[in-house]
Amino acid sequence: MKLQDTKEVQTEFKPKILAFCCNWCAYAGADLAGVSRFQMPTDVRVIRVMCSGRVPPELIIRALANGLDGVMILGCHPGECHYSEGNYLTRRRSHVLKRLLMYIGIEPERFQLRWVSAAEAAKFTAVVKEITDKITALGPNRWVDKR
Amino acid sequence: MITPRIGVFVCNCGTNIGGTVDVPQVVEYAKNLPYVAHAESNLYTCSEEGISSIKHGIKEYDLNRVVVASCTPRTHQPLFRNACADAGLNPYLFEFVNIREHCSWIHRQNPGEATEKAKELVKMGVAKARWLDAQEEFKSEVYPTAMIIGGGVAGMSAALNLANQGFEVHLVEKEPELGGRLLKLNRIFPINQDPSELVGNIVKSVEGHSKIRLHMPAVVKSASGYIGNFDISVDEGGKEVSFKVGVIIVATGAQVLKPELYRYGELANVLTQLDLEQRLKDGELEEFKNVVMINCVGARIPERPYCSRVCCMTAIKNAALMKEINPQAKVYVLYRDLMTYGVEFEEYYREVKEAGVRFIRYTPSNLPQVMGAERVESVRIYDELMDMELELPCDLLVLATPLIANDDNEELSKMLKVPIGDGGFFLEAHIKLRPVEFPMDGIYVSGSCRWPADIRESIAQGYAAASEAVIPLRQGLVKVEAITATVDPKICKGCGTCVLVCPFDAIELKESEIRGLEGKIVSEVNTALCKGCGLCAAACPNGAIQQRGFTDTQLISMVNALSGKR
Repeated sequence: MKLQDTKEVQTEFKPKILAFCCNWCAYAGADLAGVSRFQMPTDVRVIRVMCSGRVPPELIIRALANGLDGVMILGCHPGECHYSEGNYLTRRRSHVLKRLLMYIGIEPERFQLRWVSAAEAAKFTAVVKEITDKITALGPNRWVDKR
Repeated sequence: MITPRIGVFVCNCGTNIGGTVDVPQVVEYAKNLPYVAHAESNLYTCSEEGISSIKHGIKEYDLNRVVVASCTPRTHQPLFRNACADAGLNPYLFEFVNIREHCSWIHRQNPGEATEKAKELVKMGVAKARWLDAQEEFKSEVYPTAMIIGGGVAGMSAALNLANQGFEVHLVEKEPELGGRLLKLNRIFPINQDPSELVGNIVKSVEGHSKIRLHMPAVVKSASGYIGNFDISVDEGGKEVSFKVGVIIVATGAQVLKPELYRYGELANVLTQLDLEQRLKDGELEEFKNVVMINCVGARIPERPYCSRVCCMTAIKNAALMKEINPQAKVYVLYRDLMTYGVEFEEYYREVKEAGVRFIRYTPSNLPQVMGAERVESVRIYDELMDMELELPCDLLVLATPLIANDDNEELSKMLKVPIGDGGFFLEAHIKLRPVEFPMDGIYVSGSCRWPADIRESIAQGYAAASEAVIPLRQGLVKVEAITATVDPKICKGCGTCVLVCPFDAIELKESEIRGLEGKIVSEVNTALCKGCGLCAAACPNGAIQQRGFTDTQLISMVNALSGKR
């Protein structure tokens, strides 16, 4: 265990982060960030869903249990859901999910929820930076090891 | 299930992807992914050559799934799906991987990591592709009416075009008068015509048209729905009016910047070009002997880097007019670069020079200086060509300021869920290939709300937007993407959670009529009402509901691929 720790101090920790992006807002915002050539960390991988409300909590738990270092859901701002209320379901679920993560021993900060509109390329970039920094500071997800 | 045979096509997009991501490495990597039967790279997968290599690949390698790793599904998915369909493959057996907007463009300083990320994204796409199913599309009706926001020359042109083709049009204008910016202009270039004739004719045709319903002064309060079926509510002079439309054209124009430079607002004889036009129009311009015009005031500077395009021609036009009013006047135009890009513009510029207007170039490092206490008396300028400081006598200083985005663009952008880009102007779906469409189906853009445009361009864009908008109106039907929800009645327990979460009342609990399940209470999805959000699929405690194209299995397989689990 000790040996492994020293090894990780030497090589820089690059987290692996998954982002579920709503097709109508954050995914388009990410596209716009690309079009605008905003530069950002390389650690985030995007899965496109039609609505942030499509993402069941089980999927997030599975991702973290599988060893991913962070998962985020990026949806439309409250009141702006393309399907009128999907993001409210996401928001409600996320509160419960954070408590559940705490209960099963995964740092709840590994799951993040943010609102990014289709026009907010700069915000998307800022969110990617912010959450990459947060997860990097948390260090590798050791939940698999503990089990 | 037939064994999946997946074809992976990795696009270089010229150097857009290939310049950062090591595409050959991604192709080699893809070849070794499970169920991949073929992988290749293309210079441009969206080109005719790329499309034919997809079609060829499907036949040659007997592919039953296609993955393209290139740009964004928001612009190019229909193209690749059609390519699959042309080759006899159900278009829903196609999966998109975004390695340009989400990878090469945003990691240009880091080609190594960008390549690794591209590989993982492809791996995730391939993992999902394995679980794709063939789908049939549902067709939905288009309400044969359009809404146009903005009664300027672009909006009116679009309205007339659609109305003349026989479609009802709701034209929403926030001012109490049609005409937009054109109403404020004195003459239009390059023909020196009085715009009131032009705008008068258009306004008359719009107002007298039986197919056009004017809402004025009115603002759009809310808009919801989707292509073919938008519910609109406008505030028309304090009264709320609601109606239904199939398509929307945004033509809200732009505003002219009021500068805080060259002592504008402080000295009485400093005007913007628009102020000058207003005074000329009202006949209120005082006598003048020496006119100096400065171009690029508040434009092409760090906080507003774009060229507003129309102001050079405006300055040239008004300089000529000054000479016409007072041939003895000295007229100087101080410019940084001159934009005379349109048909006949260069000719017009030459004529104005021949008429005696002097053009002097300045640079941002040596800005003109305004001299005088109560009024402008002279303008100091360093003339690059003569390498000397000049002091130009001046009793009228006119500033050419750029068009800037309207303040309410952001609000409208949020309401219609359409993007705005640099400087707050609206942004079309694709800068080259889809110039008047928004990424949202059924919503179009034209005129200066997109980017500063002159009258000719605004009219052309209005026509262009109308001709795009008329396609769904004329077809009367739009195909709904096959991403709607399906219920497995064998698994469904009839708890009704899906009924509660569905925002569209598309799910009902019903007695099953399926053989073997007669009388069982199960959920049933009305595909006509289902918008494909997937809320029910996430909420179903039994996993009985799946969203086509975004099934649990497909999403889990992507998560597992990323985390290295099979």
